Amino acid sequence: MTLDASRDHALELLRDMIRIRRLEEKSAELYSKEKIRGFLHLYIGEEAVGVGAMHALREDDNIVATYREHGQALVRGIPAGEIMAEMYGKANGCSGGRGGSMHLFSAERRFYGGHAIVGGGLPVAVGLALADKMKGESRVTACFFGDGATDEGEFHESLNLAALWKLPVLFLCENNEYAMGTALYRHVSDQDIANNPPAYGVHADSVNGMDVVAVERSVHNEAELVRETSEPRFLELKTYRFRAHSMYDAELYRSKEEVEEYKKSDPITNLEKRAMGDGLITQADIDAIEADAAKEIAEAVEFAEQGEWEPVESITRHTYARDLS
Amino acid sequence: MTAGTLAKWRVSPGDPVSQGDIIAEVETDKGLIEVEVFETGVVESLLVEEGAKVPVGTPLAEIATVSVPASVSAPESAPESASVSAPASVPGRIISAGSSEVDLDGPMASPAVRRRAHELDVSLQGMHGTGDHGRITLDDVEGPAPPAPSDRVRISPYARRIASERGIDVRRVHGTGAGGAIRASDVLSAKVPAPGKPVSAAERMQRAIAAAMTRANDEIPHYYVEHAIDMGNALAWLREVNASLSVSERLVSGVLVLRAVARALHKHKKLNATWQGAEAVPSEEIHVGLAVSLRGGGLVAPALRNTNEGSLSDLMARMIDLVSRARAGALRSSEMTCATITLTALGERGVDSVTPIIFPPQVAIVGCGATAERPWVVDGQVVPRPVMHVTLGADHRVSNGHQGARFLSALDRLLQDPEKL
Amino acid sequence: MGEDVGRYGGAYAVSKGLLEEFGEDRIRDTPLCESTFVGAGIGAALGGMRPIIEVMTVNFSLLAIDQVVNNAAVMRHMSGGQFEVPIAVRMATGGGKQIAAQHSHSLENWYAHVPGIKVLAPATVQDAHDMLLAAVEDPDPVFIFEHQMLYGIEGPLDTETTPPSPWKAAIRRAGTDVSLIAYGGSVHKALAAAEELDKDGVSAEVVDLRSLRPLDRDTILASVSRTHRAVVIDEAWKTGSLASEISAILAEDAFYELDAPVARVCTLEVPIPYAKHLEEAAIPQVDRIIEAAKGSVGGG
Repeated sequence: MTLDASRDHALELLRDMIRIRRLEEKSAELYSKEKIRGFLHLYIGEEAVGVGAMHALREDDNIVATYREHGQALVRGIPAGEIMAEMYGKANGCSGGRGGSMHLFSAERRFYGGHAIVGGGLPVAVGLALADKMKGESRVTACFFGDGATDEGEFHESLNLAALWKLPVLFLCENNEYAMGTALYRHVSDQDIANNPPAYGVHADSVNGMDVVAVERSVHNEAELVRETSEPRFLELKTYRFRAHSMYDAELYRSKEEVEEYKKSDPITNLEKRAMGDGLITQADIDAIEADAAKEIAEAVEFAEQGEWEPVESITRHTYARDLS
Repeated sequence: MTAGTLAKWRVSPGDPVSQGDIIAEVETDKGLIEVEVFETGVVESLLVEEGAKVPVGTPLAEIATVSVPASVSAPESAPESASVSAPASVPGRIISAGSSEVDLDGPMASPAVRRRAHELDVSLQGMHGTGDHGRITLDDVEGPAPPAPSDRVRISPYARRIASERGIDVRRVHGTGAGGAIRASDVLSAKVPAPGKPVSAAERMQRAIAAAMTRANDEIPHYYVEHAIDMGNALAWLREVNASLSVSERLVSGVLVLRAVARALHKHKKLNATWQGAEAVPSEEIHVGLAVSLRGGGLVAPALRNTNEGSLSDLMARMIDLVSRARAGALRSSEMTCATITLTALGERGVDSVTPIIFPPQVAIVGCGATAERPWVVDGQVVPRPVMHVTLGADHRVSNGHQGARFLSALDRLLQDPEKL
Repeated sequence: MGEDVGRYGGAYAVSKGLLEEFGEDRIRDTPLCESTFVGAGIGAALGGMRPIIEVMTVNFSLLAIDQVVNNAAVMRHMSGGQFEVPIAVRMATGGGKQIAAQHSHSLENWYAHVPGIKVLAPATVQDAHDMLLAAVEDPDPVFIFEHQMLYGIEGPLDTETTPPSPWKAAIRRAGTDVSLIAYGGSVHKALAAAEELDKDGVSAEVVDLRSLRPLDRDTILASVSRTHRAVVIDEAWKTGSLASEISAILAEDAFYELDAPVARVCTLEVPIPYAKHLEEAAIPQVDRIIEAAKGSVGGG
């Protein structure tokens, strides 16, 4: 199927997916080298969701994401260096080293984290939309969450409240078929997640999350409808993560064969094939993107390596507006 | 996770590898995980055998890349429910306090300290002394060693603080709180010794002497042996020797007595010992304590160390120095505590004899009266001779009259031959 | 925003008339979804609003504790200072009305435990007024615990004078023999006990904590340094209570002032019973405060 995109746009989408991929691979390596600590959740395989969605949304829209948010953060414009430095825990990280991999924040770019409690970001997204509505802003608050979050009460409460108060929230469910180690059919009673929102009067749709162009198109359409109607909408993006839930998860819950099968739908190789097939891009383009990405990531690592550690003396800063002691 | 088992190698030395290839499988508590290589190159060597359990961070293989060979290390897992493990803590080092050597036989402690230890029923044996040369102080006896349970005072922190501020001994305050606890009001209403009037050194000394003498009187079964010694030869010899000496170098008879006592003790070790609670421990060294009266009424008995050594002139000089320092209050603590016997000479006071009380923990004391002309029988004739009465007081737990008498005889003989002293 | 704050006028009539005055946009009745409406309040604050969130009682707030502890309290810190959450949250607290075990909790200490949020407990009409204003203006999340037994009290209200800082404790009654330290619904009981004690020649000082996080250590320590005895009255269960925290503070910083052990008068270690006499026995009452104070003065 031919791509419905221009060469420039195809290159843009491909570039961003490759950037994410290489950033995540480097993060894995650095985690093995103990430069990155704690939990690390990689986006490898899901790039089309983050890239497509972020390209579809406006710079001014609010983003609330999960702990698997490096992709969204990078495409939103948080510099790779700041993301890497944050994962290192350095003071020049985008959250000052205070958050780590799971808590990337950027006030400047309306990137409201980085949430590690499954479902915990949805009420916050509802609130951001409430503020915008009360202020008469035309922003959309896009809230990313996984299939696991649809189990939590907050998901249902948030759909209900957003629909009741007519709040401009775009609920984006990145369904990668696993809530950590529990397959979809084992954690939801109705495997068609998109059946939930209509129970609350919220429109729901699904899209192939491995096709970046399709994702972009769907998210754009949904976002504009939200913006126009100031009513919440829900989009399920069917995707798959090629790596474990987090680093050194033994993946006992799924077979290697399944993973290999899904790798055939790798969003990056698929876009490359289709774009090349359409004559939009060449191998040279891909090589150039790869080279640029390699450089960008190398510089990001350097930025992180050079970063300073926050002095312990300032540890009580940012607990309250003013240090109470 | 701190260690993992290398379950399986997927490559062999010489195999080419590309970044992202899985080269090994490692067994962890969560299951088998695949180890990927981040370099492209050729496997040079495998450093860990299949089946081997190695700590996290152990290099597993060497990969030769184009420029620099890189190694692949054992991974660290971060189980979902646990946090990153901390490095093993350095085991605590226990530094044992050194115990100082007490270089005398038995614990070195002043009479006052010994009395207090006795009151508190604390043994000085093996106690670590914090004073000079390991001398045991009052603080050592009263302080660090936990008092017997019955000595523990129940008192509120506030009451203890005001008691300390006012110099009130909490052990003397009656508590009216729960369980007899002392409260602030109890301290405030306790009778206070007139504050502001410091206890003088002389008073303190008097109290110490009182304590020591009371104890000696209570505890030591004294026996006394008395002897009159003809000092004619000794005094004649002194006159002769002093004739050729300057005033400052002249010897006095007291130094002869001192040396004679020390010499006599050589063969009478039972009188040169310290009482250690249940037995006397003889001392190899002889340090005769010299009773010195102080202006203001005090009394000290500092020791002339190794009284039996050196020339008489040396001993004389040391004695003069000791007495002057005693009167100036400049004695060394070792001098205060190391005497193995005491000599108290009251000749200057003009009395004939003295029946002295032993200074614990010594086991003997020699008291001398004045040397005065007395009628003496020599070769059947009554002639005036300079006679000195010497009284030995000794601890009957350690020696007996027979031994005491022989000591005095020895002393007499030594004083008849002053050149040999 | 909160349950029944609009049309109903508030479960305790606190917001009566506000819907009529300010309209539906600003006075919002929420569905029964504590977690999400507290979270939405947090999101709205992030988006630039100053929400006043009412959680009907502390008992229901447990449903929202994740949003409080994992979002409101930590957002500033986690984002490296980029975001703040200026919410004011009001909750009814405490027991005494025979509404039984699920409706009578005092969990101020759970909130006072968490760095990143602030906690207030008004015991007077004046403080109820002043503290809410202070909370709304504060850039940090502030939680106000209103004891349900106090909603009906009457007292003077001065809206002219600049109020004192809400973060300081207040000496409600000066005394010399023992400090009765209390907050919220226990303050008037402490005052009643002080009256009685006075007749028996015991001069009790009553300290109203007012702020539970941060605790006003200075005032607490100054009081106990004067009286040398402390009785802490806390309607929570004694184990892990704020009374325990205050005891620890006194042990640390007023040790040498204490003439008697610190006494704690707290709710018995039982779920709050329904039957009146049992509920009364469980919750701190004036007679237990008097007993503790006398015990303290009489020697502990």
